[in-house]
Amino acid sequence: MLELKHISYVVGDKVILNDVNLKTDDRFVAITGPNGSGKSTLVKIIMGLITPTAGQVIFNGEDITGDPINVRADKGISFAFQQPVRFKGLRVGDLLKLAYRGEKNVVEACEILRDVGLDPRLYRDRELNDTLSGGEMKRIEIAMAAARGSALSLFDEPEAGIDLWSFQSLIRIFEALYAKTAGSILIISHQERILNIADKIIYLKNGTVECFDERDAVLSYIAAVQKKEAQRA
Amino acid sequence: MTETEKHILKEVAALDALPVGAYNIRSNGVSAARNTTADIDIVTKEDVSGIDIIIKPGTKNQSVHIPVIISESGLKEVVYNDFFIGADCDVTIIAGCGISNCGGHDSRHDGVHSFHVGQNSRVRYVEKHYGEGTGTGKRLMNPTTVVHLQDGAYMLMETAQIAGVDDTLRETKATLAENAMLEIHDKILTDGDQHATAKMTVDLNGKGSTCDLISRGVAKGDSFQEVNLAINGKAECRGHAECDSIIMDRGVILATPALKAECVDASLIHEAAIGKIAGEQLDKLMTLGLDEKQAEDMIVQGFLR
Ligand SMILES: Nc1ncnc2c1ncn2[C@@H]1O[C@H](COP(=O)(O)OP(=O)(O)OP(=O)(O)O)[C@@H](O)[C@H]1O
Ligand SMILES: [Mg+2]
Repeated sequence: MLELKHISYVVGDKVILNDVNLKTDDRFVAITGPNGSGKSTLVKIIMGLITPTAGQVIFNGEDITGDPINVRADKGISFAFQQPVRFKGLRVGDLLKLAYRGEKNVVEACEILRDVGLDPRLYRDRELNDTLSGGEMKRIEIAMAAARGSALSLFDEPEAGIDLWSFQSLIRIFEALYAKTAGSILIISHQERILNIADKIIYLKNGTVECFDERDAVLSYIAAVQKKEAQRA
Repeated sequence: MTETEKHILKEVAALDALPVGAYNIRSNGVSAARNTTADIDIVTKEDVSGIDIIIKPGTKNQSVHIPVIISESGLKEVVYNDFFIGADCDVTIIAGCGISNCGGHDSRHDGVHSFHVGQNSRVRYVEKHYGEGTGTGKRLMNPTTVVHLQDGAYMLMETAQIAGVDDTLRETKATLAENAMLEIHDKILTDGDQHATAKMTVDLNGKGSTCDLISRGVAKGDSFQEVNLAINGKAECRGHAECDSIIMDRGVILATPALKAECVDASLIHEAAIGKIAGEQLDKLMTLGLDEKQAEDMIVQGFLR
């Protein structure tokens, strides 16, 4: 369903992504790799937040490289930001209602907050401003992606800043999302527990795909790399 | 009432019918309807155009509506409304002015409102300005608000100008006695070649007095906004002013803070920020399916809510 062909992203003389090629139709795919390896950039290119300097994004057989963000959203892609965006004046309920494409009213739309461990009655009318904590923002961000229920859901480090208790709930959300959409879920993560639920893993390093395979194969590849680095150090 | 008048009444005072409680509806320079209650009296002024609104001490949970409608092109008026609010009251005052100008002459309403708020009274004052009409004549409004808060009095002012006023100078002056508190939430949206100036001056005279002035503005098109927020701390007091603006297109915003402390125990803060809509905010709403224009509108609407 998703195919990246020769994707590169260069800013000035800095190569951030270098000829990334991949094709996936899997249920849970995790993207991992060191800080600065280009994971967020890659996912932003899929959503259309960044235009690649070369290459194509193919979604369901269609070249969407030139489509604006909202057109991709309509075609079935959603994205939960690594750093959720804050708005003065807009409320949690406003955005959740929008996430449901206006099909539910604010009260109904906010029921999804229960899945991320927030009481809808307490959060519905909260402004998405800096009075919400980082973890609360993150949970709301995940709730929005769950509400959209897109064929391809992108999550950028969803577990970051979320406490231990909600970790299991997070995995339940991914499972429920899959049950609803039967689509694909692409999760950027450094967390072993997330990697462990992935069907496949993409290991990105220095802007290139070093390894993309079944989970266990990539996990042993990463372990070998880490061992080698430890020995060298 | 004509359809235009009814429509304006809805825009400025959210009224579909005559309100309950006390009211005075001014339409094209004359009082079109009035109601007084046992606790709230409304008296026409003798010397100048306008009314005195007298609220008895201890009046609680009552409201006064004083909307102004101008639908005659070319009408110009200066109106003085004085509010005398006794001690220990808790009242809501809904003012507002709507101009519909379909002609070629400028229409103008200059309203001077003064409030004398008695000890320990609470007042919520809501004022909305609105203009419409297809004529080439301008729609002009210059509201002046003078507020005197006695010991322990509290006033919340919610003022908004959301559409259709070509030129406005809003002046607000307030003096606060001991433990009095003033909160102002001002919202303004300008577009086209509109001009808007807001000047607020608050004197914190009494010990323990506090004020919180919050101004939010959006300047679109070629419009121009100027915001002056001045707080004078003359006693042990706390003052906070915040001016937050979004500029779009070729809009211009000038924000000028002025804090003056005349007492070593005065604590005054000013915050001002002007900027365009953040790109990531647009991006986020677009991932939820809005196109760029719709995303912009939603952000502006939320910001001015
Ligand atoms: N516009 C830009 N100009 C210059 N460098 C950029 C730009 N955007 C991203 N980068 C750089 O590209 C690299 C990849 O960034 P990216 O955010 O994709 O990393 P990441 O893999 O998501 O890292 P993390 O795990 O820390 O989230 C980083 O070194 C970053 O500094
Ligand atoms: Mg990242």
